[in-house]
Amino acid sequence: MDAMLEPTVLQTLWFFLIAFFFLCYFVLEGFDFGVQMNVGALWRRGDGARGTILKTIGPVWDGNEVFLITGGALLFAAFPEWYATLFSGFYLALLLLLLVLIVRVCAFKWRGKVDSLRWRRAWDVVHVIGGLAPALLWGVAFGNIVAGVEIDRNHWVTTSLLGLLTPFALLAGVVFVLLFWLHGTLYLALKVDGPLRQETNRLAGILVWPTLLAGAAFLLWFQLAHSHTPLTWIPVAAAAAALLAVVPLNRARREGLAFAATVTAIAAASLTLFGGLFPYVLPATNDPANSLTVANASSTAHTLTVMLVALAIFLPIVLAYTVWAYRVFRHRITDDSSPAPGSGLLEAAKQSYRSTFEQR
Amino acid sequence: MDALDLARWQFGITTVYHFVFVPLTIGLSLLVAIMQTRAVFAKDAVRKDAWTRMTKFFGSMLIVNFGIGIATGIVQEFQFGMNWSEYARFVGDVFGAPLALEGLAAFFLESVFLGLWIFGWGRLPEKIHLLTIWAVALGSTLSAYFIIAANSFMQHPVGAVLNPETGRAELDPSQGSILAVLSNVTALAAFPHVVSGAWLVAGAFLTGVAAWHMVRHHNRARELGIDTEEGQEQHLAARDLYRPTVRFGVLAMVVAALVLVVSGDFQAQIMFKQQPMKMASAEALCETETGASFSILTVGGPDAFSTDCDGVTHLIEVPYITSFLATHTFDATLQGVDDLNAQYKEQFGATALDIHGNEVAVDYRPNLFVTYWSFRLMMGLAAFSGVLALWALWVTRGRGEAARTTGSKAFQWFAVLSIPMPFLANSAGWVFTEIGRQPWVVHPNPDDPVVRLMTMQGVSAHPGWMVLTSLVAFTLVYGVLAVLWFQMMRKAALQGVPLAQRDLETDELDTPTLSFDY
Repeated sequence: MDAMLEPTVLQTLWFFLIAFFFLCYFVLEGFDFGVQMNVGALWRRGDGARGTILKTIGPVWDGNEVFLITGGALLFAAFPEWYATLFSGFYLALLLLLLVLIVRVCAFKWRGKVDSLRWRRAWDVVHVIGGLAPALLWGVAFGNIVAGVEIDRNHWVTTSLLGLLTPFALLAGVVFVLLFWLHGTLYLALKVDGPLRQETNRLAGILVWPTLLAGAAFLLWFQLAHSHTPLTWIPVAAAAAALLAVVPLNRARREGLAFAATVTAIAAASLTLFGGLFPYVLPATNDPANSLTVANASSTAHTLTVMLVALAIFLPIVLAYTVWAYRVFRHRITDDSSPAPGSGLLEAAKQSYRSTFEQR
Repeated sequence: MDALDLARWQFGITTVYHFVFVPLTIGLSLLVAIMQTRAVFAKDAVRKDAWTRMTKFFGSMLIVNFGIGIATGIVQEFQFGMNWSEYARFVGDVFGAPLALEGLAAFFLESVFLGLWIFGWGRLPEKIHLLTIWAVALGSTLSAYFIIAANSFMQHPVGAVLNPETGRAELDPSQGSILAVLSNVTALAAFPHVVSGAWLVAGAFLTGVAAWHMVRHHNRARELGIDTEEGQEQHLAARDLYRPTVRFGVLAMVVAALVLVVSGDFQAQIMFKQQPMKMASAEALCETETGASFSILTVGGPDAFSTDCDGVTHLIEVPYITSFLATHTFDATLQGVDDLNAQYKEQFGATALDIHGNEVAVDYRPNLFVTYWSFRLMMGLAAFSGVLALWALWVTRGRGEAARTTGSKAFQWFAVLSIPMPFLANSAGWVFTEIGRQPWVVHPNPDDPVVRLMTMQGVSAHPGWMVLTSLVAFTLVYGVLAVLWFQMMRKAALQGVPLAQRDLETDELDTPTLSFDY
């Protein structure tokens, strides 16, 4: 096989554009996952608080998820071999992920559509799973992508589902969960007010330590065992520094800066993984010649150019209105804006209607 | 069953399921946008009030529907990699581009602005807020365009060449590249057909739901006596709230029907040129005929669920119509299924290699039973909507003080019954167009039949149990979600818009059941 061709500039650029989309996905949807996990972590605060928690991401999670959908499609267009090998090779893991992503979307859109506590509680459980499971599965998947799997001459993955559950990949899963949870907790602290805000501050103060520990272990392991370049020591250091900075920032209640720190940490960790993976896109552990690389997995130069033009046109527009949407919903949400449990169904519904249609 | 059959079933189930919700989303987002526009620009208070409430009423259902449409759409994109990886390798250089464009140009627009619309009531200025729903409508319509362009490449590949070195289809500048893919005549014909199909779904939905309530309020007003205060309220709800919505729904249906017929006619002619086998099997036309007739009823041979032509008998026939549909001349010669099969065997070989390199015999005939009946179901069920539209137009005739509503129970039930019909017509249409091109996943372009791939050559090399696992999992989850979706839509639709109650302090209308909340 021609696994060892030199990647062209265009191919390299596209590899990092794909990395950029996944980076955005992890940074943005990462806090959605974390906020959803907090529906479980702060469960005892009651139905009203759970509604408030979810409302902090209500207007934006959908757009965040599109980074995955578009990133996946760009992967298909720019690296069809990678797309085909990865998604057929990680079949059952991806199936699990898809099932969770499906019910998760419905949890968002449908939770408030039936006025019953049991109904909302059931969807809240789905929310918790919908935050936790994708984080874990993405971690395991990326652990396997950077460490490599067994690939045959047809570019078919031969590692079984159980074979994907290596200690390294499982650690990656744990790190993704912890990091997103912390990230979402800081986002929540930034978006709510009152007692809920204090509680999330406290939770973040606790969460940051295991995240630091597991994150450091994972990135060191990756850097020593799997990275293909010493350059990625730089983002490793950046990620570590950013996470460390969360400790004093959170203590000082500087929520905006603390959140910016986890944004940096996730971005740096993504850069580490993608940067260390380059020039491979999926290394073969059995026979290096069967590896998928940026060079042998890509589309033609013509397609890459066409897609680059398309991206240059649309990406700035997308980013512009996304930033605008975030600005429209930049205010904190107070806890009392969601219906208190037990205040009568009509009253609760009325209040939720008012809070939606007559927001300040 | 082997992995190929299971993967095909899975694709069929997930796609048809996804496409139950998509047309309603596409159509309803546009109709809701128009309703909100009428509310924003309404001159008199009664109309403004009515359209605002209708916007919220149908908007709430739009959100329920959006959820499941997005959720099931994610599967569609990843399924190409999971079950059809060899197809993905073969066409990725071409096929990925419209999918990526769909994400960049349409999905972001749809999703970001949907969030802005849902949570922007009262927060954004009225006219900016109106623009957000238009952005949603534009996004969902654009996404249909890109997906149809991608599908059309599979029906009629253009803009690409076969690279013998890599063995895959590649976008080619000398063939027009991506612009050729996006301006594929197949896509230009299919897009208005699919989108107007969506308008028909939404129009019938609007008409059906509003007609139900119009009749209900009309009869309630009669019961209470129109002179009483309560009776008058009911009467006004029927006349000023639901009647305009019924008429608006009918208007959408009429526009949809016109576009459907014109684009469908155009499509039939393209199909005859590009995929004569599909045209022939739509008609179960086994032998080559000149001046082929259109049959309304056909009984199959001993095995109706097959590609077999033996024993196919046409019972009721309208002469020359099929020839006319295909070419706009009555005496055109249409090739029959068996002739085409023999011709293709000669052209493309009687056997082909599957993904494991085994030689397999090939039959170029699609399943005649499915193609024949899905084609008829598509047209027949859509025609159902025509009856509804005419009936609704008649019972709501008149203007101003003479504007009529009706208490007809028969009409009320017919309106409700008409809601699912265009949904089914849509599904039948897709089943027809996808089954009709088998055994191809990329149907050869007759002008240059080099880029082509058979379905059995596009599948992933999975063991059957693995595909079966996902097939069962998706079917179960989809089943549960379908039940919940139906219950929510039914409940929301039945509730109707509460009678107007002004909040004296804010002068806002109080409609407590219309929750947009998460």
